Amino acid sequence: MIVTTEKLTKRYGDKTVVDAVELNVRAGEVYGFLGPNGAGKTTTIRMLLGLVKPTSGTARVLGEPPGSPKALLRIGSLIEGPGFFPYLSGRDNLRVHARRRDRTDIEVDAVLEQVDLSDAKNAKFKSYSLGMKQRLGVAAALLGQPELLILDEPTNGLDPAGMADMRDLVRELKRQGQTVLLSSHLLGEVEEICDRVGVISNGRLVAESSVQELRGDTVLLVRADPFDIAERVVENSSVVDGALHVHASEEDAPKIVRALVEADVDVREIRPLRRTLEEVFFEMTAGVR
Amino acid sequence: MGSYRAELLRLVKWPATWVLIGVWLVMTLTFGYVFNYVAYKSGDTSRGGGSGAQLMAQMMPAEAAEAVVRGLPMFGGAIVLVLAALAVGSGYGWGTWKTTLTAGPRRISAMGGTLAAVGTIVVVLVALTFVVDFGAALSIATMENQSWSMPSFDHVVQGLGAAGLIAGMWAAMGVFLGVITRGPALAVGLGLLWSIVAENLLRGVGALLGPVADVTKVLPGGAAGNLAGAFGATGAPGVLTDLSGVTASLLVAGYLAVFALIAAWLTVRRDLV
Repeated sequence: MIVTTEKLTKRYGDKTVVDAVELNVRAGEVYGFLGPNGAGKTTTIRMLLGLVKPTSGTARVLGEPPGSPKALLRIGSLIEGPGFFPYLSGRDNLRVHARRRDRTDIEVDAVLEQVDLSDAKNAKFKSYSLGMKQRLGVAAALLGQPELLILDEPTNGLDPAGMADMRDLVRELKRQGQTVLLSSHLLGEVEEICDRVGVISNGRLVAESSVQELRGDTVLLVRADPFDIAERVVENSSVVDGALHVHASEEDAPKIVRALVEADVDVREIRPLRRTLEEVFFEMTAGVR
Repeated sequence: MGSYRAELLRLVKWPATWVLIGVWLVMTLTFGYVFNYVAYKSGDTSRGGGSGAQLMAQMMPAEAAEAVVRGLPMFGGAIVLVLAALAVGSGYGWGTWKTTLTAGPRRISAMGGTLAAVGTIVVVLVALTFVVDFGAALSIATMENQSWSMPSFDHVVQGLGAAGLIAGMWAAMGVFLGVITRGPALAVGLGLLWSIVAENLLRGVGALLGPVADVTKVLPGGAAGNLAGAFGATGAPGVLTDLSGVTASLLVAGYLAVFALIAAWLTVRRDLV
Protein backbone atom coordinates (compact mmCIF):
# COMPACT_ATOMS: atom_id res chain seq x y z
CA MET A 1 0.00 0.00 0.00
CA ILE A 2 1.20 3.48 -0.84
CA VAL A 3 -1.22 5.26 1.47
CA THR A 4 -2.98 3.73 4.45
CA THR A 5 -4.89 5.39 7.22
CA GLU A 6 -6.36 3.93 10.38
CA LYS A 7 -9.24 5.73 12.04
CA LEU A 8 -7.81 9.04 10.86
CA THR A 9 -9.75 11.78 12.63
CA LYS A 10 -9.59 15.56 12.75
CA ARG A 11 -11.72 17.65 15.05
CA TYR A 12 -11.84 21.44 15.35
CA GLY A 13 -13.51 22.11 18.69
CA ASP A 14 -16.79 20.23 18.68
CA LYS A 15 -16.82 19.78 14.91
CA THR A 16 -15.51 16.50 13.52
CA VAL A 17 -14.24 17.27 10.03
CA VAL A 18 -12.71 13.87 9.30
CA ASP A 19 -14.13 10.92 11.16
CA ALA A 20 -12.18 7.65 11.47
CA VAL A 21 -11.28 7.47 7.80
CA GLU A 22 -9.60 4.26 6.62
CA LEU A 23 -8.10 4.91 3.21
CA ASN A 24 -6.03 2.48 1.16
CA VAL A 25 -4.24 3.55 -1.99
CA ARG A 26 -2.40 0.79 -3.85
CA ALA A 27 0.83 1.14 -5.76
CA GLY A 28 0.43 2.13 -9.39
CA GLU A 29 -3.25 2.94 -9.29
CA VAL A 30 -5.18 6.13 -9.97
CA TYR A 31 -7.34 6.58 -6.89
CA GLY A 32 -10.27 8.97 -7.07
CA PHE A 33 -11.20 10.71 -3.83
CA LEU A 34 -14.76 11.94 -4.09
CA GLY A 35 -17.04 13.90 -1.84
CA PRO A 36 -19.26 16.95 -1.77
CA ASN A 37 -17.85 20.33 -0.74
CA GLY A 38 -16.94 20.34 2.93
CA ALA A 39 -16.97 16.55 3.15
CA GLY A 40 -13.40 16.42 4.49
CA LYS A 41 -11.41 15.64 1.33
CA THR A 42 -8.92 18.48 1.58
CA THR A 43 -8.46 18.09 5.34
CA THR A 44 -7.71 14.39 4.79
CA ILE A 45 -5.21 15.25 2.06
CA ARG A 46 -3.62 17.92 4.26
CA MET A 47 -3.20 15.31 6.98
CA LEU A 48 -1.56 12.92 4.51
CA LEU A 49 0.95 15.65 3.66
CA GLY A 50 1.60 16.63 7.27
CA LEU A 51 0.17 20.13 6.89
CA VAL A 52 -2.49 19.33 9.47
CA LYS A 53 -1.96 17.04 12.45
CA PRO A 54 -4.67 14.43 13.09
CA THR A 55 -6.59 14.60 16.35
CA SER A 56 -6.42 10.80 16.50
CA GLY A 57 -5.68 7.86 14.26
CA THR A 58 -2.64 7.19 12.14
CA ALA A 59 -1.54 7.39 8.53
CA ARG A 60 1.41 6.03 6.55
CA VAL A 61 2.39 7.50 3.22
CA LEU A 62 5.03 5.61 1.24
CA GLY A 63 5.75 3.75 4.46
CA GLU A 64 6.54 6.92 6.36
CA PRO A 65 4.59 9.11 8.77
CA PRO A 66 2.83 12.05 7.06
CA GLY A 67 4.98 15.12 6.59
CA SER A 68 8.30 13.32 6.99
CA PRO A 69 10.91 14.78 4.63
CA LYS A 70 11.69 11.26 3.38
CA ALA A 71 8.12 10.85 2.19
CA LEU A 72 7.55 14.42 1.01
CA LEU A 73 10.52 14.25 -1.36
CA ARG A 74 8.81 11.26 -3.04
CA ILE A 75 5.41 12.99 -3.25
CA GLY A 76 4.28 15.68 -5.66
CA SER A 77 1.20 17.59 -4.59
CA LEU A 78 -1.20 20.29 -5.63
CA ILE A 79 -3.57 21.24 -2.83
CA GLU A 80 -6.49 23.65 -3.23
CA GLY A 81 -4.89 25.59 -6.04
CA PRO A 82 -1.28 26.49 -6.68
CA GLY A 83 0.66 28.59 -4.15
CA PHE A 84 3.32 30.65 -5.88
CA PHE A 85 4.99 34.05 -5.59
CA PRO A 86 3.00 36.44 -7.81
CA TYR A 87 5.99 38.66 -8.63
CA LEU A 88 8.17 35.80 -9.93
CA SER A 89 7.94 34.24 -13.36
CA GLY A 90 6.59 30.73 -13.69
CA ARG A 91 10.11 29.44 -14.24
CA ASP A 92 11.58 31.29 -11.26
CA ASN A 93 8.79 29.97 -9.06
CA LEU A 94 9.73 26.46 -10.08
CA ARG A 95 13.42 27.23 -9.55
CA VAL A 96 12.60 28.25 -5.97
CA HIS A 97 10.61 25.01 -5.56
CA ALA A 98 13.43 22.99 -7.16
CA ARG A 99 15.97 24.30 -4.65
CA ARG A 100 13.80 23.06 -1.80
CA ARG A 101 13.54 19.63 -3.43
CA ASP A 102 17.20 19.52 -4.42
CA ARG A 103 16.37 19.40 -8.14
CA THR A 104 18.06 21.15 -11.06
CA ASP A 105 17.01 23.95 -13.39
CA ILE A 106 17.17 21.45 -16.27
CA GLU A 107 14.42 19.46 -14.59
CA VAL A 108 12.44 22.68 -14.17
CA ASP A 109 12.52 23.28 -17.92
CA ALA A 110 11.52 19.67 -18.57
CA VAL A 111 8.37 19.85 -16.42
CA LEU A 112 7.45 23.22 -17.91
CA GLU A 113 7.61 21.54 -21.30
CA GLN A 114 5.54 18.63 -19.99
CA VAL A 115 2.65 20.92 -18.98
CA ASP A 116 3.03 23.06 -22.11
CA LEU A 117 4.13 26.25 -20.36
CA SER A 118 7.52 26.69 -22.02
CA ASP A 119 6.34 29.67 -24.06
CA ALA A 120 5.04 31.49 -20.98
CA LYS A 121 7.78 30.47 -18.57
CA ASN A 122 9.23 33.97 -18.27
CA ALA A 123 5.90 35.74 -17.70
CA LYS A 124 5.03 36.73 -14.15
CA PHE A 125 2.85 34.25 -12.27
CA LYS A 126 0.34 37.01 -11.51
CA SER A 127 -0.24 37.49 -15.24
CA TYR A 128 -1.12 33.82 -15.80
CA SER A 129 -4.67 32.71 -16.49
CA LEU A 130 -6.32 30.38 -13.99
CA GLY A 131 -5.60 27.42 -16.24
CA MET A 132 -1.92 28.37 -16.60
CA LYS A 133 -1.59 28.73 -12.83
CA GLN A 134 -3.11 25.30 -12.40
CA ARG A 135 -0.71 23.81 -14.94
CA LEU A 136 2.24 25.43 -13.15
CA GLY A 137 0.99 23.80 -9.95
CA VAL A 138 0.96 20.45 -11.70
CA ALA A 139 4.46 21.12 -13.05
CA ALA A 140 5.67 21.75 -9.49
CA ALA A 141 4.05 18.50 -8.41
CA LEU A 142 5.81 16.61 -11.22
CA LEU A 143 9.25 17.97 -10.34
CA GLY A 144 11.57 15.13 -9.41
CA GLN A 145 9.35 12.37 -10.81
CA PRO A 146 7.62 11.60 -7.51
CA GLU A 147 6.29 8.10 -6.82
CA LEU A 148 3.01 9.48 -5.53
CA LEU A 149 1.08 12.42 -6.90
CA ILE A 150 -1.64 13.97 -4.77
CA LEU A 151 -3.76 16.26 -6.91
CA ASP A 152 -6.63 18.17 -5.34
CA GLU A 153 -9.01 19.32 -8.10
CA PRO A 154 -6.28 19.52 -10.75
CA THR A 155 -8.68 20.46 -13.54
CA ASN A 156 -10.03 23.54 -11.76
CA GLY A 157 -9.95 26.45 -14.16
CA LEU A 158 -8.92 24.39 -17.17
CA ASP A 159 -10.80 24.63 -20.43
CA PRO A 160 -12.09 21.42 -22.06
CA ALA A 161 -8.85 20.96 -24.01
CA GLY A 162 -6.82 21.51 -20.85
CA MET A 163 -8.97 19.00 -18.99
CA ALA A 164 -8.43 16.44 -21.72
CA ASP A 165 -4.67 17.11 -21.54
CA MET A 166 -4.79 16.61 -17.78
CA ARG A 167 -6.58 13.28 -18.19
CA ASP A 168 -3.96 12.20 -20.73
CA LEU A 169 -1.21 13.27 -18.35
CA VAL A 170 -2.68 11.25 -15.48
CA ARG A 171 -3.02 8.21 -17.76
CA GLU A 172 0.59 8.66 -18.87
CA LEU A 173 1.75 8.89 -15.26
CA LYS A 174 -0.13 5.69 -14.48
CA ARG A 175 1.52 4.04 -17.48
CA GLN A 176 4.90 5.07 -16.05
CA GLY A 177 3.97 3.31 -12.80
CA GLN A 178 3.27 6.38 -10.71
CA THR A 179 0.49 6.31 -8.16
CA VAL A 180 -2.02 9.15 -8.31
CA LEU A 181 -4.46 10.21 -5.59
CA LEU A 182 -6.91 12.49 -7.32
CA SER A 183 -9.63 14.50 -5.69
CA SER A 184 -12.23 15.84 -8.07
CA HIS A 185 -15.80 17.02 -8.34
CA LEU A 186 -15.95 15.93 -11.96
CA LEU A 187 -17.37 12.44 -11.69
CA GLY A 188 -17.16 11.71 -15.38
CA GLU A 189 -13.48 12.49 -15.25
CA VAL A 190 -12.96 10.21 -12.25
CA GLU A 191 -14.99 7.45 -13.89
CA GLU A 192 -12.84 7.72 -16.98
CA ILE A 193 -9.39 7.66 -15.43
CA CYS A 194 -9.56 6.17 -11.93
CA ASP A 195 -9.06 2.51 -11.05
CA ARG A 196 -10.59 2.79 -7.62
CA VAL A 197 -12.46 5.44 -5.72
CA GLY A 198 -13.13 6.41 -2.15
CA VAL A 199 -16.26 8.37 -1.37
CA ILE A 200 -16.26 10.62 1.68
CA SER A 201 -19.39 12.20 3.08
CA ASN A 202 -19.73 14.19 6.30
CA GLY A 203 -16.15 13.28 7.17
CA ARG A 204 -16.75 9.52 6.89
CA LEU A 205 -15.49 7.25 4.14
CA VAL A 206 -18.75 5.68 2.94
CA ALA A 207 -17.29 3.54 0.17
CA GLU A 208 -13.96 2.41 -1.21
CA SER A 209 -13.80 0.07 -4.17
CA SER A 210 -13.20 -0.15 -7.88
CA VAL A 211 -15.35 2.05 -10.10
CA GLN A 212 -16.94 -1.06 -11.58
CA GLU A 213 -17.79 -2.55 -8.19
CA LEU A 214 -19.23 0.72 -7.06
CA ARG A 215 -21.53 0.93 -10.04
CA GLY A 216 -22.81 -2.55 -9.24
CA ASP A 217 -23.88 -5.49 -11.43
CA THR A 218 -24.57 -4.98 -15.06
CA VAL A 219 -28.11 -5.35 -16.26
CA LEU A 220 -28.80 -6.23 -19.90
CA LEU A 221 -31.74 -4.51 -21.52
CA VAL A 222 -33.52 -6.69 -24.07
CA ARG A 223 -36.32 -5.72 -26.46
CA ALA A 224 -37.74 -8.61 -28.44
CA ASP A 225 -40.86 -9.89 -30.29
CA PRO A 226 -42.93 -11.69 -29.33
CA PHE A 227 -42.32 -10.35 -25.86
CA ASP A 228 -44.19 -13.06 -23.90
CA ILE A 229 -42.03 -15.81 -25.44
CA ALA A 230 -38.87 -13.81 -24.82
CA GLU A 231 -39.89 -13.40 -21.17
CA ARG A 232 -40.26 -17.20 -20.82
CA VAL A 233 -36.97 -17.95 -22.59
CA VAL A 234 -34.75 -15.52 -20.68
CA GLU A 235 -34.17 -16.41 -17.04
CA ASN A 236 -33.39 -14.05 -14.20
CA SER A 237 -35.22 -11.10 -15.75
CA SER A 238 -37.83 -8.54 -14.87
CA VAL A 239 -40.01 -6.29 -17.01
CA VAL A 240 -39.37 -2.58 -16.92
CA ASP A 241 -41.09 -0.14 -19.34
CA GLY A 242 -41.86 -2.83 -21.90
CA ALA A 243 -38.31 -4.20 -21.92
CA LEU A 244 -36.61 -7.08 -20.20
CA HIS A 245 -33.95 -6.26 -17.62
CA VAL A 246 -31.75 -9.33 -17.40
CA HIS A 247 -29.33 -9.72 -14.48
CA ALA A 248 -26.36 -10.99 -16.45
CA SER A 249 -22.95 -9.83 -17.56
CA GLU A 250 -22.08 -8.48 -20.99
CA GLU A 251 -20.38 -11.81 -21.76
CA ASP A 252 -23.76 -13.54 -21.45
CA ALA A 253 -25.30 -11.45 -24.25
CA PRO A 254 -24.46 -13.83 -27.16
CA LYS A 255 -25.91 -16.79 -25.24
CA ILE A 256 -29.15 -14.87 -24.61
CA VAL A 257 -29.41 -13.81 -28.26
CA ARG A 258 -28.85 -17.41 -29.40
CA ALA A 259 -31.55 -18.73 -27.04
CA LEU A 260 -34.03 -16.11 -28.25
CA VAL A 261 -33.32 -16.77 -31.92
CA GLU A 262 -33.66 -20.52 -31.42
CA ALA A 263 -37.07 -19.83 -29.84
CA ASP A 264 -38.05 -17.90 -32.99
CA VAL A 265 -37.94 -14.53 -31.23
CA ASP A 266 -36.76 -11.41 -33.05
CA VAL A 267 -34.17 -9.51 -31.01
CA ARG A 268 -34.66 -5.79 -31.61
CA GLU A 269 -32.26 -4.43 -29.04
CA ILE A 270 -29.81 -5.75 -26.48
CA ARG A 271 -27.40 -3.51 -24.54
CA PRO A 272 -25.84 -3.24 -21.09
CA LEU A 273 -27.42 -0.89 -18.57
CA ARG A 274 -25.08 0.38 -15.94
CA ARG A 275 -25.48 3.03 -13.26
CA THR A 276 -23.14 5.95 -13.71
CA LEU A 277 -20.71 6.90 -11.00
CA GLU A 278 -22.67 10.11 -10.66
CA GLU A 279 -25.85 8.19 -9.80
CA VAL A 280 -23.96 6.09 -7.26
CA PHE A 281 -22.30 9.18 -5.79
CA PHE A 282 -25.58 11.00 -5.29
CA GLU A 283 -27.12 7.94 -3.67
CA MET A 284 -24.21 7.66 -1.24
CA THR A 285 -24.08 11.32 -0.37
CA ALA A 286 -27.84 11.89 -0.44
CA GLY A 287 -28.88 14.83 1.67
CA VAL A 288 -25.35 16.18 1.91
CA ARG A 289 -25.06 19.37 -0.05
CA MET B 1 20.78 24.74 2.61
CA GLY B 2 18.19 24.21 -0.12
CA SER B 3 15.62 26.17 1.86
CA TYR B 4 18.08 29.04 2.31
CA ARG B 5 18.94 29.12 -1.40
CA ALA B 6 15.27 29.02 -2.33
CA GLU B 7 14.32 31.85 0.04
CA LEU B 8 17.28 33.96 -0.99
CA LEU B 9 16.41 33.57 -4.68
CA ARG B 10 12.86 34.74 -4.18
CA LEU B 11 13.83 37.61 -1.82
CA VAL B 12 16.52 38.86 -4.19
CA LYS B 13 14.00 38.82 -7.06
CA TRP B 14 11.30 40.52 -5.00
CA PRO B 15 10.91 44.19 -5.98
CA ALA B 16 9.70 45.04 -2.44
CA THR B 17 13.12 44.06 -1.05
CA TRP B 18 14.92 46.62 -3.19
CA VAL B 19 12.24 49.29 -2.84
CA LEU B 20 12.50 49.13 0.98
CA ILE B 21 16.31 49.04 0.91
CA GLY B 22 16.23 51.98 -1.50
CA VAL B 23 13.85 53.93 0.75
CA TRP B 24 16.13 53.33 3.73
CA LEU B 25 19.24 54.43 1.83
CA VAL B 26 17.51 57.62 0.67
CA MET B 27 16.38 58.28 4.26
CA THR B 28 19.82 57.75 5.78
CA LEU B 29 21.39 59.92 3.10
CA THR B 30 18.78 62.67 3.40
CA PHE B 31 18.58 62.87 7.19
CA GLY B 32 22.23 61.98 7.87
CA TYR B 33 23.89 64.17 5.27
CA VAL B 34 21.74 66.24 2.90
CA PHE B 35 19.81 68.22 5.53
CA ASN B 36 22.91 68.64 7.74
CA TYR B 37 24.95 69.83 4.77
CA VAL B 38 22.25 72.31 3.70
CA ALA B 39 22.05 73.60 7.29
CA TYR B 40 25.85 73.87 7.43
CA LYS B 41 26.05 75.73 4.11
CA SER B 42 23.20 78.07 4.95
CA GLY B 43 24.67 78.71 8.38
CA ASP B 44 21.32 77.80 9.96
CA THR B 45 22.06 75.61 13.00
CA SER B 46 19.08 76.79 15.01
CA ARG B 47 17.36 73.37 14.92
CA GLY B 48 19.65 72.17 17.71
CA GLY B 49 22.16 70.25 15.65
CA GLY B 50 25.02 72.08 17.29
CA SER B 51 27.51 74.52 15.81
CA GLY B 52 28.61 74.48 12.21
CA ALA B 53 31.84 72.79 13.24
CA GLN B 54 29.91 70.09 15.08
CA LEU B 55 27.67 69.52 12.06
CA MET B 56 30.69 69.21 9.81
CA ALA B 57 32.34 66.76 12.20
CA GLN B 58 29.24 64.55 12.13
CA MET B 59 29.40 64.41 8.34
CA MET B 60 33.06 63.43 8.13
CA PRO B 61 34.26 59.88 7.31
CA ALA B 62 35.51 59.47 10.90
CA GLU B 63 31.87 59.64 12.06
CA ALA B 64 30.33 57.60 9.23
CA ALA B 65 29.93 54.46 11.32
CA GLU B 66 27.96 56.43 13.91
CA ALA B 67 25.79 57.85 11.12
CA VAL B 68 24.88 54.32 10.03
CA VAL B 69 24.00 53.10 13.53
CA ARG B 70 22.20 56.32 14.53
CA GLY B 71 19.20 55.77 12.26
CA LEU B 72 18.63 52.09 12.92
CA PRO B 73 16.98 51.88 16.36
CA MET B 74 13.81 53.56 15.11
CA PHE B 75 13.38 54.31 11.39
CA GLY B 76 15.83 51.81 9.91
CA GLY B 77 14.51 49.18 12.27
CA ALA B 78 10.94 49.92 11.21
CA ILE B 79 11.86 49.46 7.55
CA VAL B 80 13.63 46.16 8.22
CA LEU B 81 10.66 45.01 10.32
CA VAL B 82 8.26 45.82 7.46
CA LEU B 83 10.44 43.90 5.01
CA ALA B 84 10.60 40.80 7.22
CA ALA B 85 6.91 40.90 8.15
CA LEU B 86 5.96 41.17 4.46
CA ALA B 87 8.40 38.43 3.46
CA VAL B 88 6.95 35.95 5.93
CA GLY B 89 3.34 37.09 6.32
CA SER B 90 2.61 37.27 2.59
CA GLY B 91 3.36 33.57 2.22
CA TYR B 92 0.17 32.69 4.09
CA GLY B 93 -2.01 34.65 1.68
CA TRP B 94 -0.20 33.52 -1.45
CA GLY B 95 -0.26 29.91 -0.32
CA THR B 96 3.51 29.65 -0.67
CA TRP B 97 3.96 28.29 2.86
CA LYS B 98 1.77 25.36 1.80
CA THR B 99 4.02 24.79 -1.23
CA THR B 100 7.13 25.17 0.92
CA LEU B 101 6.07 22.78 3.65
CA THR B 102 5.03 20.06 1.20
CA ALA B 103 8.24 20.35 -0.85
CA GLY B 104 10.36 18.18 1.41
CA PRO B 105 12.38 20.10 3.96
CA ARG B 106 11.61 19.78 7.67
CA ARG B 107 9.55 22.65 8.97
CA ILE B 108 12.40 23.79 11.17
CA SER B 109 14.72 23.82 8.12
CA ALA B 110 12.16 25.77 6.09
CA MET B 111 11.89 28.46 8.77
CA GLY B 112 15.64 28.35 9.34
CA GLY B 113 16.13 29.02 5.63
CA THR B 114 13.73 31.96 5.78
CA LEU B 115 15.45 33.45 8.83
CA ALA B 116 18.87 33.00 7.25
CA ALA B 117 17.76 34.56 3.95
CA VAL B 118 16.13 37.54 5.72
CA GLY B 119 19.35 37.80 7.75
CA THR B 120 21.38 37.92 4.54
CA ILE B 121 19.20 40.73 3.22
CA VAL B 122 19.75 42.59 6.52
CA VAL B 123 23.51 42.17 6.12
CA VAL B 124 23.27 43.54 2.57
CA LEU B 125 21.21 46.49 3.80
CA VAL B 126 23.73 47.29 6.53
CA ALA B 127 26.67 46.93 4.14
CA LEU B 128 25.00 49.19 1.55
CA THR B 129 24.26 51.75 4.27
CA PHE B 130 27.95 51.79 5.19
CA VAL B 131 28.91 52.21 1.55
CA VAL B 132 26.40 55.03 0.99
CA ASP B 133 27.23 56.84 4.23
CA PHE B 134 30.99 56.56 3.74
CA GLY B 135 30.51 57.68 0.13
CA ALA B 136 28.53 60.72 1.24
CA ALA B 137 31.04 61.53 3.99
CA LEU B 138 33.98 61.30 1.58
CA SER B 139 32.16 63.47 -0.98
CA ILE B 140 31.43 66.17 1.59
CA ALA B 141 35.00 66.02 2.92
CA THR B 142 36.29 66.45 -0.64
CA MET B 143 33.91 69.30 -1.44
CA GLU B 144 34.78 71.11 1.80
CA ASN B 145 38.53 70.44 1.56
CA GLN B 146 38.48 68.47 4.81
CA SER B 147 40.87 65.63 5.57
CA TRP B 148 39.86 62.05 4.81
CA SER B 149 40.53 60.88 8.33
CA MET B 150 38.97 57.45 8.57
CA PRO B 151 37.71 55.64 11.67
CA SER B 152 39.81 52.77 12.98
CA PHE B 153 39.15 49.30 11.60
CA ASP B 154 37.99 48.10 15.03
CA HIS B 155 35.51 50.95 15.25
CA VAL B 156 34.07 50.11 11.84
CA VAL B 157 33.75 46.45 12.81
CA GLN B 158 32.01 47.44 16.04
CA GLY B 159 29.67 49.67 14.07
CA LEU B 160 28.88 46.86 11.63
CA GLY B 161 28.19 44.56 14.57
CA ALA B 162 25.92 47.04 16.33
CA ALA B 163 24.06 47.89 13.12
CA GLY B 164 23.68 44.21 12.21
CA LEU B 165 22.44 43.31 15.67
CA ILE B 166 19.88 46.13 15.79
CA ALA B 167 18.59 45.51 12.25
CA GLY B 168 18.65 41.75 12.84
CA MET B 169 16.51 42.10 15.96
CA TRP B 170 13.88 44.17 14.15
CA ALA B 171 13.92 41.68 11.26
CA ALA B 172 13.39 38.78 13.69
CA MET B 173 10.49 40.69 15.23
CA GLY B 174 9.02 41.13 11.73
CA VAL B 175 9.35 37.39 11.06
CA PHE B 176 7.76 36.62 14.43
CA LEU B 177 4.83 38.96 13.72
CA GLY B 178 4.39 37.54 10.21
CA VAL B 179 4.17 34.01 11.61
CA ILE B 180 1.94 34.80 14.55
CA THR B 181 -0.58 36.87 12.55
CA ARG B 182 -0.35 34.62 9.44
CA GLY B 183 -0.60 37.63 7.16
CA PRO B 184 1.30 40.74 6.10
CA ALA B 185 -1.13 43.56 6.94
CA LEU B 186 -1.61 42.98 10.65
CA ALA B 187 2.06 42.06 11.09
CA VAL B 188 3.23 45.31 9.50
CA GLY B 189 0.62 47.37 11.37
CA LEU B 190 1.46 45.91 14.76
CA GLY B 191 5.18 46.14 14.11
CA LEU B 192 5.07 49.80 13.13
CA LEU B 193 2.75 50.59 16.01
CA TRP B 194 5.22 49.04 18.44
CA SER B 195 8.48 50.33 16.98
CA ILE B 196 7.43 53.89 16.27
CA VAL B 197 4.48 54.66 18.53
CA ALA B 198 4.13 52.38 21.56
CA GLU B 199 7.68 52.53 22.91
CA ASN B 200 7.85 56.31 22.46
CA LEU B 201 4.58 56.71 24.33
CA LEU B 202 5.88 54.47 27.12
CA ARG B 203 9.03 56.60 27.33
CA GLY B 204 6.76 59.63 27.75
CA VAL B 205 4.93 57.87 30.56
CA GLY B 206 8.31 56.87 31.98
CA ALA B 207 9.11 60.55 32.52
CA LEU B 208 6.27 60.57 35.04
CA LEU B 209 6.58 57.07 36.49
CA GLY B 210 10.01 55.75 37.45
CA PRO B 211 9.21 52.01 37.17
CA VAL B 212 7.87 52.49 33.63
CA ALA B 213 11.09 54.28 32.69
CA ASP B 214 13.10 51.30 33.95
CA VAL B 215 11.01 48.95 31.82
CA THR B 216 11.27 51.05 28.64
CA LYS B 217 15.08 50.82 28.73
CA VAL B 218 14.92 47.06 28.29
CA LEU B 219 12.14 46.84 25.68
CA PRO B 220 13.29 45.96 22.13
CA GLY B 221 13.41 49.55 20.89
CA GLY B 222 14.93 50.75 24.15
CA ALA B 223 17.63 48.10 24.05
CA ALA B 224 18.39 48.92 20.40
CA GLY B 225 18.52 52.64 21.22
CA ASN B 226 20.87 51.99 24.11
CA LEU B 227 23.15 49.90 21.92
CA ALA B 228 23.34 52.76 19.41
CA GLY B 229 23.92 55.22 22.25
CA ALA B 230 26.69 53.08 23.75
CA PHE B 231 28.40 53.06 20.34
CA GLY B 232 28.34 56.86 20.39
CA ALA B 233 25.69 57.30 17.72
CA THR B 234 23.72 59.86 19.69
CA GLY B 235 21.54 62.71 18.51
CA ALA B 236 18.73 60.87 16.77
CA PRO B 237 15.20 59.76 17.76
CA GLY B 238 15.17 56.50 19.68
CA VAL B 239 18.84 56.64 20.69
CA LEU B 240 19.35 56.31 24.47
CA THR B 241 22.29 56.26 26.86
CA ASP B 242 20.92 54.43 29.89
CA LEU B 243 22.62 51.03 29.53
CA SER B 244 26.17 49.86 28.95
CA GLY B 245 27.14 48.56 25.54
CA VAL B 246 27.49 44.99 26.80
CA THR B 247 24.10 44.98 28.52
CA ALA B 248 22.39 46.53 25.52
CA SER B 249 24.11 44.07 23.12
CA LEU B 250 23.03 41.09 25.22
CA LEU B 251 19.47 42.37 25.40
CA VAL B 252 19.24 42.97 21.64
CA ALA B 253 20.79 39.55 20.90
CA GLY B 254 18.37 37.99 23.39
CA TYR B 255 15.35 39.56 21.69
CA LEU B 256 16.64 38.44 18.30
CA ALA B 257 16.98 34.85 19.52
CA VAL B 258 13.60 34.82 21.29
CA PHE B 259 11.71 36.20 18.28
CA ALA B 260 13.42 33.73 15.93
CA LEU B 261 12.85 30.76 18.25
CA ILE B 262 9.16 31.53 18.80
CA ALA B 263 8.65 31.94 15.04
CA ALA B 264 10.35 28.58 14.42
CA TRP B 265 8.42 26.86 17.21
CA LEU B 266 5.07 28.14 15.89
CA THR B 267 5.95 27.04 12.36
CA VAL B 268 6.77 23.54 13.56
CA ARG B 269 3.79 23.17 15.90
CA ARG B 270 0.86 24.77 14.12
CA ASP B 271 -1.43 23.30 11.49
CA LEU B 272 -1.31 25.00 8.11
CA VAL B 273 -4.96 25.31 7.15
